[in-house]
Amino acid sequence: MAKSDALTQTVCEIVQGHGGMPTRLLQILRDVQDRLTWLSPETLDRVAEGLHISPVKVRGVAEFYSFLYTAPRGSYDILFSDNITDRMLGNRELLHALCDRLGVRMGETRADGRVTVGVTSCTGMCDQGPAALVNGYALTRLDKLRLDRIVELVNGQIPLTQWPSEFFEVISNIRRADILLGRHFADGTALRAVLKRGSEAILEEMVKSGLRGQGGAGFKSAAKWISCRNAPGEEKYVVCNADEGEPGTFKDRVLMQDFADLVFEGMTLCGRVIGARQGFVYLRGEYRYLLESLEATLQRRREVGLLGEAILGDPTFDFDIDIHLGAGAYVCGEESALIESLEGKHGVPRIRPPFPTTHGYLNQPTVVNNVETFAAAAKIAVEGGAWFASRGTAESKGTKLLSLSGDCERPGIYEYPFGVTVRRVLEDCGARDAQGIQMAGPAGHMISARQFDRRICFEDLATGGSFMVFSHRRDILDGVRNFAHFFVHESCGFCTPCRVGAPLLRDLVTKVHTGHGTRYDLEEMRKLGRIMQVACHCGLGQTAPNPVLDSLEQFPEAWERRLRSTTFEPAFDLDAALEQARQLTGRSDPDAYLREEELMMGAMP
Amino acid sequence: MSEDRSFTLDGRPIPFQDGQTIMVAALAAGVYIPHLCFNPEFAPHGSCRVCLVKVNGRVQAACTTPAAVDQTVQNETGELREIRRGILQMLFVEGNHVCPACEKSGACQLQAVAYYVGMLAPHYTHFYPRRPVDASHPEAVLDFNRCILCELCVRASRDVDGKNIFAVQGRGIQAHLVVNTPSGKLGATDFSLADKAAQVCPTGAILTKHRGYEIPIGQRLYDRKPISVVGDVATLAESKGGRRHD
Repeated sequence: MAKSDALTQTVCEIVQGHGGMPTRLLQILRDVQDRLTWLSPETLDRVAEGLHISPVKVRGVAEFYSFLYTAPRGSYDILFSDNITDRMLGNRELLHALCDRLGVRMGETRADGRVTVGVTSCTGMCDQGPAALVNGYALTRLDKLRLDRIVELVNGQIPLTQWPSEFFEVISNIRRADILLGRHFADGTALRAVLKRGSEAILEEMVKSGLRGQGGAGFKSAAKWISCRNAPGEEKYVVCNADEGEPGTFKDRVLMQDFADLVFEGMTLCGRVIGARQGFVYLRGEYRYLLESLEATLQRRREVGLLGEAILGDPTFDFDIDIHLGAGAYVCGEESALIESLEGKHGVPRIRPPFPTTHGYLNQPTVVNNVETFAAAAKIAVEGGAWFASRGTAESKGTKLLSLSGDCERPGIYEYPFGVTVRRVLEDCGARDAQGIQMAGPAGHMISARQFDRRICFEDLATGGSFMVFSHRRDILDGVRNFAHFFVHESCGFCTPCRVGAPLLRDLVTKVHTGHGTRYDLEEMRKLGRIMQVACHCGLGQTAPNPVLDSLEQFPEAWERRLRSTTFEPAFDLDAALEQARQLTGRSDPDAYLREEELMMGAMP
Repeated sequence: MSEDRSFTLDGRPIPFQDGQTIMVAALAAGVYIPHLCFNPEFAPHGSCRVCLVKVNGRVQAACTTPAAVDQTVQNETGELREIRRGILQMLFVEGNHVCPACEKSGACQLQAVAYYVGMLAPHYTHFYPRRPVDASHPEAVLDFNRCILCELCVRASRDVDGKNIFAVQGRGIQAHLVVNTPSGKLGATDFSLADKAAQVCPTGAILTKHRGYEIPIGQRLYDRKPISVVGDVATLAESKGGRRHD
């Protein structure tokens, strides 16, 4: 009884702390789990009661997000980032070593309930990996020595707050700065500009600037703002997409860590221009470590009159920002799925049209922009659209932040004017032996050396910023297989071709990669990939086959050398299928059926 | 007012009214576009992706795309037939669909659409998921093996019956239909055969107990004519071999 009462009280406190609002469901579940380590059926029922919503809805949300657990977890929950760049840095060896040392199997919780070790999608620390998360906090630069220490800390039950701070150090690695990162920005100047010149004038500058969505989709930002400003609606909202989930990208992490004021200023500017009073930052769960400092920055901005009520003393200028944390769902980077998540639901992309600019958060007009887009907008308001447009190409104005990782001497953040060639980037980052690049992440394009003179801009190679280098030492197919697994894990499951197609594609890739494939399988992958590209409900599914299709075109030899010479090889492994039967019958003669067959053949006349 | 508005589908003008989707307008004009998660009595869902058509050269779902005058829509093409067939094959390997042993065989929308798009074999590797049958309810059986996640029962129970009995949980390939009770059993709900949710399943995932094979194989809904002529099992009355209550 006492235990149950304590649970009810804990849940009640947290629900009340969030104003009892069902839109805060994801945040509530995160907080409850932080306190209780996992979400039991009883806990979920208490949350449903507290919010007066259906228990099945609460369970649905809890089951959707990777970082919410509906089964017991260890009090230390360690998740290794499993992007291909982490693998290049040897994360798998470390993962297995840690499991051995701790006496726990991967993905399982140790019998004493103290620790769980598993893997997760890219945590955005590709320039300082191998990386991991412990209870949601980022660990960087893992090595054998650090693992030894972690084993001691876990077995000694040392609280996370007493772990060495250098384990959690995240460095920014800004290697090349241009107009966005290089020039000083005085807080409040963009807001003074909009108050002095008016929203129309700022929109004109935005139009002149040619700024396009820096998340990678490239939609004209000014058009978005204008559409939202003109849309009828009781309330309007500004949403900053900081759900930087594309493997290999980490530039938004650096912006949120070092340039948060600039981003918040861009959001506040947008609020003024479109007539919104509320903004949200949707921060990916992997960047949990930034939360306190971001909250402190917001508070400081409120204190100096750059946020909150009557901004800069203008009684008609109210705007505030809430930070929502994600919980491990790549699909929430898609703007309508992100809005669903902001509303406290599981992140399934909406049917579009209507678009968020007219029907967004709570069905009200909403601007959703990437972190970098808001930062650029703030600068444009101060320096002018022409200044921004003086950089870049005809269709891609300004600069782009690239996140460099993989096989290069100087991984980190590089800001270039749009139009820079791949070759130039490779030279600057010290990638002297590049075989290929995964541009714009697994959802982007895989390019080979033949294409290194292509230019990074919307006219040629569009990107959100991920740039992963594969040297000649690497097997391209390791990357393709890693990405195929990634998409299976991150598919939301809503539409057939992604939910079922992604695992089918993964299995075909695995079949060929492990040496069991034939030419027929390559053709199967092409056909399946083409169906997914056109048939899926959202961009995630439509781009999921890209690494397979691109590598078939760009690196045919990588596939060919894995092929068996036969034209057909069954997907069915008889030995593996019989394993369970062998265990049940206590037999240890895997090839027995072959001998039986021989005997039968011999017995035949 | 806007009655003369139309778009072109496979060369034929299809009239439409404001707010209608390509699917609704086509059906009203007597043109069949294969579909599974769409049911004219419910808001479009857009998840099964079987109703893909080419609109001005771009592949889109007919059930969610608003009709417009400047549209040239392709429906019956070899390319679309191949994509639709691929999607049907995916649905067949995802679950456990054993047509010869299924009571709904011959009156199953999934099976009928598969025939319509020329599917003769599942083609892909089977997933063979383990999905226990729920026979806890006195009147109905839930066979999750046959569920294709169209969410029609979810929508019907929530929006028409006001019971909110079904939901889909889990992510990606783990997504699955659940019953909204602590035990997860249908028997613990107030589900009834009179519910709309009992009439909308396009497969044999929701079956009536104590009745079986009343109409012999060979005389069933889709045994003599294709679904494009007969219509959906969920929208046809029981007296005509469908599931809809008269």
